[in-house]
Amino acid sequence: MPTVSVKRELLFRALGRSYTDEEFDELCFEFGLELDEITSEKDIISKEKGEEKAKGASDVVLYKIDVPANRYDLLCLEGLVRGLQVFKERINIPRFEKIIPAEGEGQRLIITEQTAQIRPHAVAAVLRNITFTKERYDSFIDLQEKLHQNICRKRALVAIGTHDLDTITGPFTFTAKAPSEIKFKPLNQSQEYTAPQIMDLYRTDSHLRHYLHLIENKPRYPVIYDSNGVVLSMPPIINGDHTKISLNTRNVFIECTGTDITKAKIVLDIIVTMFSEYCEKPFTVEAVEVVYPNGKTHIYPELAYRTEKVKPEYINKKVGISETPSNLAKLLTRMCLKSHVTGNGNHIEVEIPPTRADIIHACDIVEDAAIAYGYNNIQMVIPKTYTIANQLPLNKLSELLRLDMAAAGFTEALTFALCSQEDIADKLGMDISATNAVRIANPKTAEFQVARTTLLPGLLKTIASNRKMPLPLKLFEISDIVVKDPNTDVGARNYRHLCAIYYNKSPGFEIIHGLLDRIMQVLEVPPNGENGYTIKAAEGTAFFPGRCAEVFAKGQSIGKLGVVHPDVITKFELTMPCSVLEINIEPFV
Amino acid sequence: MAPSVAERLLERLDRAGAAAGLCSLQAAAELGVDHQTLVGAVKSLQALGEVIEAEPRSATRWELSPEGEEVLREGSPEVRLFRSLPEEGLPQAEALKLPGGSLGFSKAMANKWVRLDKGAAGGPRVMPTVPSVQDTVQEHLGQVRAGGAQAVPERDRAELKRRKLLLEVTLKSYWIRQGSAFSTAVARPETELTPEMIATGSWRRLPFKPYNFSSLGLPPACGHLHPLLKVRSELRQIFLEMGFTEMPTDNFVESSFWNFDALFQPQQHPARDQHDTFFLLDPAEAPQLPPGYSSKVKKVHSQGGYGSQGYRYEWKVEEAKKNLLRTHTTSASARALFQLARQEKFTPVKYFSIDRVFRNESLDATHLAEFHQVEGVVADRGLTLGHLMGTLRQFFTKLGISQLRFKPAYNPYTEPSMEVFSYHEGLKKWVEVGNSGVFRPELLLPMGLPENVTVIAWGLSLERPTMIKYGIKNIRELMGHRVNLQMVYDSPMCRLDV
Repeated sequence: MPTVSVKRELLFRALGRSYTDEEFDELCFEFGLELDEITSEKDIISKEKGEEKAKGASDVVLYKIDVPANRYDLLCLEGLVRGLQVFKERINIPRFEKIIPAEGEGQRLIITEQTAQIRPHAVAAVLRNITFTKERYDSFIDLQEKLHQNICRKRALVAIGTHDLDTITGPFTFTAKAPSEIKFKPLNQSQEYTAPQIMDLYRTDSHLRHYLHLIENKPRYPVIYDSNGVVLSMPPIINGDHTKISLNTRNVFIECTGTDITKAKIVLDIIVTMFSEYCEKPFTVEAVEVVYPNGKTHIYPELAYRTEKVKPEYINKKVGISETPSNLAKLLTRMCLKSHVTGNGNHIEVEIPPTRADIIHACDIVEDAAIAYGYNNIQMVIPKTYTIANQLPLNKLSELLRLDMAAAGFTEALTFALCSQEDIADKLGMDISATNAVRIANPKTAEFQVARTTLLPGLLKTIASNRKMPLPLKLFEISDIVVKDPNTDVGARNYRHLCAIYYNKSPGFEIIHGLLDRIMQVLEVPPNGENGYTIKAAEGTAFFPGRCAEVFAKGQSIGKLGVVHPDVITKFELTMPCSVLEINIEPFV
Repeated sequence: MAPSVAERLLERLDRAGAAAGLCSLQAAAELGVDHQTLVGAVKSLQALGEVIEAEPRSATRWELSPEGEEVLREGSPEVRLFRSLPEEGLPQAEALKLPGGSLGFSKAMANKWVRLDKGAAGGPRVMPTVPSVQDTVQEHLGQVRAGGAQAVPERDRAELKRRKLLLEVTLKSYWIRQGSAFSTAVARPETELTPEMIATGSWRRLPFKPYNFSSLGLPPACGHLHPLLKVRSELRQIFLEMGFTEMPTDNFVESSFWNFDALFQPQQHPARDQHDTFFLLDPAEAPQLPPGYSSKVKKVHSQGGYGSQGYRYEWKVEEAKKNLLRTHTTSASARALFQLARQEKFTPVKYFSIDRVFRNESLDATHLAEFHQVEGVVADRGLTLGHLMGTLRQFFTKLGISQLRFKPAYNPYTEPSMEVFSYHEGLKKWVEVGNSGVFRPELLLPMGLPENVTVIAWGLSLERPTMIKYGIKNIRELMGHRVNLQMVYDSPMCRLDV
């Protein structure tokens, strides 16, 4: 969930009133936001770097507000204030207008075919006669960063570049060139670098180094030029220094390039709808013509308004309320979805503004009506749904066996399903290829290399962590192991295992053997005989030679029991002899 | 066999009568035993219960020192010196060699029984000044020895103490009386009831040693269930009480298709990042996706449909086939709903599951790479948000959480969505206890569920309520091999609603 930091004073000034922290928290809760933290720059630095470093930092109160991940229109102060003011019916929903300049007077962005392999999409717009202040400028930069981190997926899907239009001359060209052919002065640098040099320059940059992999090792890097060959940006890495915006910038050229055209359009719409407020003619945006390699053109930003028709009873039935159509229209309008009742009251016409890309289905409209109505005002009702409960047979068996295991004097352990390759192979004297284990592609540490194929390592590790406990230790676990199985739809499956261990000064094979007998007794499987269970001498790398037996029941081998091999004991950092039993309980379901 | 000291003491008390008492010192003297021996007998009788009463007392007694014993035997030094001195006296040097010696001389001088004639011929000469003397020191000591210390004037006693002839001894003694269960028949108290006593009936007359009820008993040798799984059992029970059927969840490995795509979670969603999810190296891909259904899922993502705009991006089957360790049990709910949709005729259902899920997260005191998710699902015609809230209230009340409120939230697969908050008395604030919502039509309709069927669902972690219930601060002490077994041994039963 993205978090937006806003200065409390600025927020209250924009909202036209002040709140106590509790009142504002309440307002956030009702609207679906969360006032996560009340802090200051000084607090933040002091927490991260110590009090010493925080000296002299600002102690202006900051609100950190958690915003739902799909509400890109609430990622800056401007959007938050607009959303809350409309919600509280203090302002009307602004109407955004796209101004298309006369033929030949507007800006053009030409996309060359070289971009196809690396970053094929670009959209652009111009904010004319904008007035920045320090706060507005900071918010403008912050919003781009928030969009980059969220909807843009760390610039992989979309990268934003904003430029002082008065420093450059269109038409602009979005192309891709061999890295060595690209040379410019990057933002806030004092000299020109070639693209490979730029990549080296930012390799240690705490912020930009995370984006280098998006184009590195590609034969061509994306780049945008003006008609005089000035570099606007090398997306998604860095803008040129030449076009950088300042507090004095009056005309802003915004370009969004990317691999996902839908997201690029949304990002552009969000930036212009948020900041066109500060243009000489508020809420107007100058369009830019984008020319595709095939010669086709498209006018951006889209700023599309869409109308959805919803039946009032649909909303009422989904929420569990009974509001009149006009009341529902009023509720929706408070959520920035301008609505009115049409015809003879059978329908509500809902206008979806360009700021609300999250509204993709009538159910999204239903939710907004419910939020405006107030979730906590909805009457709670118990559904009349009549059903008979059933337990999953495998889980029912496991639950019953757990009780009998505890009644037999064994204590339940709960160990991880993930472990290291070493735990299930090397330490048990096996080769990993013999385990048939599922392997994880991206473990952060060795503890998560594989899914366990046996419960034994977990129990041995549990004992190793509890060596101070009085002996004997008698533990068990009934849980799932995982192995590859090409016959399932995902290529792997679980098996429910039961594992028990006895750890003492003597191995106590007879105790573990007795436990097996007891388990079979409660499962109503008699010893020997046609439908009974038997144990037969066997080999096992984890077992002491001559002290291992295989368990057969239900016409199949279900597991083994025996005295643990001294090498295994040592490798799990244990010192006492022990014996174990591990069986698959699925045949008994 | 000779009667024991205790028996003799009881006889003595019997003779004294119920009202009379006896000092232990006196009793020891009478019975001719050492006082310590008598005290031992008193204690053994006390252990039998109310046979005797013994009130501790402390008394002072005068005893003769070894030197005092000698004086009693042979007389005081001053008297011995006087009686050895001839009438004509002796030169001082010789007089000091008489019995009594210099101590006798100086005492006799102080008593003015003798004088020193310094002018005598041949040096100073000791001369008697009185015809005879009485040895009161010896007499006093004799009185003390006979137990009559009180008869000796206090001043003289103090003088004898100063001369180290008498010692003042503090003696702990008992004032002994018959107890309420007084009997002269003493038997060694029995510690335990035996089969023989039951058989012979001897238990009727035997005294039993009392139990010490203030000490702890012997802990039973027993097995124990893990606290987290006790809470799991309790939650299963709650779902079953509410008529919910358990869904199969025994597949930790899941395809991206069921974990994300089927839930209408777009392929660029951050949860599908390597940073958040464990993807598999082997088996890297799911061999098959459900043929007809997966193409419907593809369409609703890339183009929309069922009244939805869709996400309008290029949906890739390779992305959907990527195997992972399920990040939530909602993938299992999706499979269960898909099965439900394939029934010939829709029937309302209530489903639940509690099982492990996996996240490729950084580990800390409250986050593990694997934890348990609790999930409830209700599918029926005409369910509302009010029904969801009503179900949640019912469920959380059974968990002992009664004060609830609901906050609008965002989940990719539910709309409307609501986070469930409860008021935490300890923290004095509202804390999130679960997440919930109504499954999106884009999720249900491609499965083939009827259009008027609504599915409400909620989820929470199993660890959170367990940590609150058992007061565990660090999740690593609860789950995994680093568990403290003592904590497992000591953990109480799980009753969430009391």
